Amino acid sequence: MDSPILRGFTLLLLLQLAGEAVSRGLSLPIAGPIVGFVLAAIALWAVPLLREPLKAAAGALLPHLSLLFVPAGVGVVLYLKELRQDGLAIIVAILVSTWIGLATTAWVGEKLLPKSPKTTAGAGDTDESRS
Amino acid sequence: MSDELFRIWVYLSATPLLGLTLTLVAYQIGMVIAARAEFHPLANPVLIAMSIIAVLLWATQTPYKTYFEGAQFVHFLLGTATVALAVPFFERIAALRRNAVALVIGLIAGATATLAVAIALATLLGASPASVASLIPKTVTAPIAMGISEAIGGIPTLSAVFCIVTGIVGAASGKVIFDWLGIKSMTIRGFSLGANAHGIGTARAYLVSAEAGAFAGLALGLHGILASLVLPWAAKWIS
Repeated sequence: MDSPILRGFTLLLLLQLAGEAVSRGLSLPIAGPIVGFVLAAIALWAVPLLREPLKAAAGALLPHLSLLFVPAGVGVVLYLKELRQDGLAIIVAILVSTWIGLATTAWVGEKLLPKSPKTTAGAGDTDESRS
Repeated sequence: MSDELFRIWVYLSATPLLGLTLTLVAYQIGMVIAARAEFHPLANPVLIAMSIIAVLLWATQTPYKTYFEGAQFVHFLLGTATVALAVPFFERIAALRRNAVALVIGLIAGATATLAVAIALATLLGASPASVASLIPKTVTAPIAMGISEAIGGIPTLSAVFCIVTGIVGAASGKVIFDWLGIKSMTIRGFSLGANAHGIGTARAYLVSAEAGAFAGLALGLHGILASLVLPWAAKWIS
């Protein structure tokens, strides 16, 4: 039986494997999964046949992206007590710097965003104002 | 009776099954609570799930290593999901081309600002140099951050911790900040979340809209590439 999700998942693993191989093989400073991301983008562009299965697999995996951070998150909770010394300094630094980073990226991006006139806005990318 | 229960517990706690099941159950509890709270940013499913599990591990005196033997199957998929982010990225490549300049400059401006503030504040408040170095790659996704941290004299595990904390803080506070700045565009809101709160921010963006999620994924990828290239080089140049 032919299943696009299974084919897509196999493709994702192959691309991840290729990404790791390229990253290690060429001793790139870029991590394997990110090389895999680039390879996958190239594959999607160059080989239209791969689009359907990759879309099916990504559509199954990405809505649950949050889940994948849970194991690492648990490690963090248990690690927190080791931070006691620098804890306060680090927490304050992370809070404030993250807020400033979010605001800066959004503000600069918004200022520089080409003002697309409402009349020509594409149907696909205007689910704005919802949040 | 309680002897029998204890025997079963000893057996089960040694198999990966328990850690894996616990992760999925806790996450679904987190999702139910988050949905009840109408996906309020503070009701983050990752935060809820990891708190439940941490409390259970602490109460049963289970070492993290034992839990991770099961949870690693979920953790492993992070790399695969990073590759899968190429799909929403590809689907929106036209919108990306239109906005490339704004997005790339926004990413660099945000990354520079967050880095400067983090280093200055942590140093000012008396954090050790190793902690400050570990703080530098905090806005990049965890596996990349650990590599960078090692290259610039930080402690990789500490960097991973800072990353996760950054992701949770970003995912929880993005909405308030964007609303306050009056930014409505889902493209920009998602992109900023991905750029500053990496995977956890991207996951949050996906909960809000597919548009925001796609641009968050793009930001995460771009930031990962840029940071891997620039940070080790910049650190060498500064020190």
